[in-house]
Amino acid sequence: VTTTTGAPTGSSSSAAPDASGTSRARQAQRRNQRRETRAALLFISPWLFGFLVLTLWPVIYSGYLSLTDYDVFNAPNFVGLENYARLASDADARMAIGNTFYFAAIQVPLQVLVSLSLALLLNQAGRSSGFFRTAFFLPRMTPPVAVGVLLLLLFNGQDGLINDVLGFFGIDGPNWTTDSDWVKPGLILMSLWAVGSSVIILLAALRNVPNELYDAARVDGANFWYKTTRVTIPMISGALFFVFIINSIDALQSFTEAYTAFFGSGNTTYSNDAALFYSIYLFRQAFEFLNMGYASALAWALFVIILAITLVQLKVSKRFVYYEGEQR
Amino acid sequence: MTLNVAGDALARENVGRAAVVDQAGGLKQYPRKRVTPGRVLVVAALVACTVVFIYPFIWLVSASFKPRGEVFDNKIIPETFTVDAYVQVWREAPMLLWLGNTLLVTVLAATTVTISSALVAWGFSYFRFRGRTALFGLVLATMMLPGAVTMIPTFLIWNALGLTGTLYPLWAGNLFGSAFYIFLLRQFFLGLPRELFEAAKIDGANNWGIFWKIALPLTKPAIVVTLLFEFQAAWTDLMRPLIYLRDSSTFTIPRGLKSLVDRYGFGGEWHWEIIVTASVITTVPMIILFFLGQRHFVEGIATTGSKG
Repeated sequence: VTTTTGAPTGSSSSAAPDASGTSRARQAQRRNQRRETRAALLFISPWLFGFLVLTLWPVIYSGYLSLTDYDVFNAPNFVGLENYARLASDADARMAIGNTFYFAAIQVPLQVLVSLSLALLLNQAGRSSGFFRTAFFLPRMTPPVAVGVLLLLLFNGQDGLINDVLGFFGIDGPNWTTDSDWVKPGLILMSLWAVGSSVIILLAALRNVPNELYDAARVDGANFWYKTTRVTIPMISGALFFVFIINSIDALQSFTEAYTAFFGSGNTTYSNDAALFYSIYLFRQAFEFLNMGYASALAWALFVIILAITLVQLKVSKRFVYYEGEQR
Repeated sequence: MTLNVAGDALARENVGRAAVVDQAGGLKQYPRKRVTPGRVLVVAALVACTVVFIYPFIWLVSASFKPRGEVFDNKIIPETFTVDAYVQVWREAPMLLWLGNTLLVTVLAATTVTISSALVAWGFSYFRFRGRTALFGLVLATMMLPGAVTMIPTFLIWNALGLTGTLYPLWAGNLFGSAFYIFLLRQFFLGLPRELFEAAKIDGANNWGIFWKIALPLTKPAIVVTLLFEFQAAWTDLMRPLIYLRDSSTFTIPRGLKSLVDRYGFGGEWHWEIIVTASVITTVPMIILFFLGQRHFVEGIATTGSKG
């Protein structure tokens, strides 16, 4: 009896300081944790402040503004969903959406195709690929304003370089910068000049494809085309998809090149309807016509469109994109 | 889920950016290969593409040394070589002032965003606290937000502060970090061995000392990348100068170039030689930056091994 009662009392008496020890340790740990949290908050405080003041508040406020009539000088006047109703019936907005989709639908696949071809070429180049890669990347360093200027110069209908070259092959080039049917093709071609960063992303992906796969394909007697379509493209589908998504988002917000070449105070000479992209329309509504309320509604509509397109692309990509280490 | 993909995608992009550099420096050694018809074809195609990509630069520089009447003659070597356009652009527009404004903005934008983003990235990588993952998810989420949504209220803030028309709105937002660079720098910080910081802590270093004296020097490659990327972004931006700057004396060089296009391009005067020359002046610093940066990129990759 004594042993059975002695043991628990003994253990409980020895447990007492132990328990207080762990609680003290826990306290210290908690204090430590609190100190660590405080230090972390101090380090991330610039972002926290920026997020609250320059992101969260603007998002909420632009949502509110989109329900008002606002011209900066007078207080916002609440109008409910009127701006969105206006957006639905605005012929110019419809034209801007049409132009933007036209541009993106052709430019994005073309850009992916061109950058993939260039990356495949570079991947075959061996030691000289460094030089060529630099050459392909340089246009990307050009300020978009200068790209807009180059568009006006090189695609000039009368004496532009492009039409000169076309003329050499006996083709009578169109008036790229003034004929509304040819403005967007010109913008698309000019934008392809700056494919450099896509090329580099894809080339990096190509370099990561294990050589064993090609060796195995060679043993099976596969030719270049077969290797490219059955080994290379599936293996880099993640990077391809990334390039596709990023370019789509960029193309839908395309602004500077077209604005430089076709808009601004100087242009009184010819119609620029064909180059009216959504971002340009939004910018003009906000800062040239001071329709801040309507422009906010346009911004929210753009956000929803981009989000929807990105989500659809993500959904579709599940069927085509392969990530290394993925279980199927 | 979306965030995961975004993060993954960004990681991939960094891989891409790191790889440029690797290539540019010629770090990799390739075995010499035999000359075959296939290889000749590849090189021929590459040379053809190079001409397409480089020729617009040559065209532009060459045109800037031509007199007004010959700008569009599409000859590589100017028939009449002249620097008149440079003299004229200098006289017609405050180029030096614009360059100075741009340099001020780019230097301030690049340094502030690098310092603030490094601080925040360190906060998200070294310390462990409740809600860290969720908060960092929020950082990544802000990257998905189109700039158009915050553009107008942000303008109203600067307007309320009475700072529209000054250069502040072009860089001061960078004091609060930028999601992309926070992401990039955090990746780098996470790659550093934690034992290093524990050791420093035992030696009596405080949080600031660990960050400033140990972590930051080891992150130099990523810091340089951040500086270069932001320098380019700030130099080439047109949208914000269009929104915030009214007076010609405050213009940055892209905004100035746009004003020249308005005045001499389709404004009816058709002085293309001025626009061509201003375009060259706008572009050349970026080309120089690229060739300067290449070396730093290579160094970065060399010191960090096969990171990224």
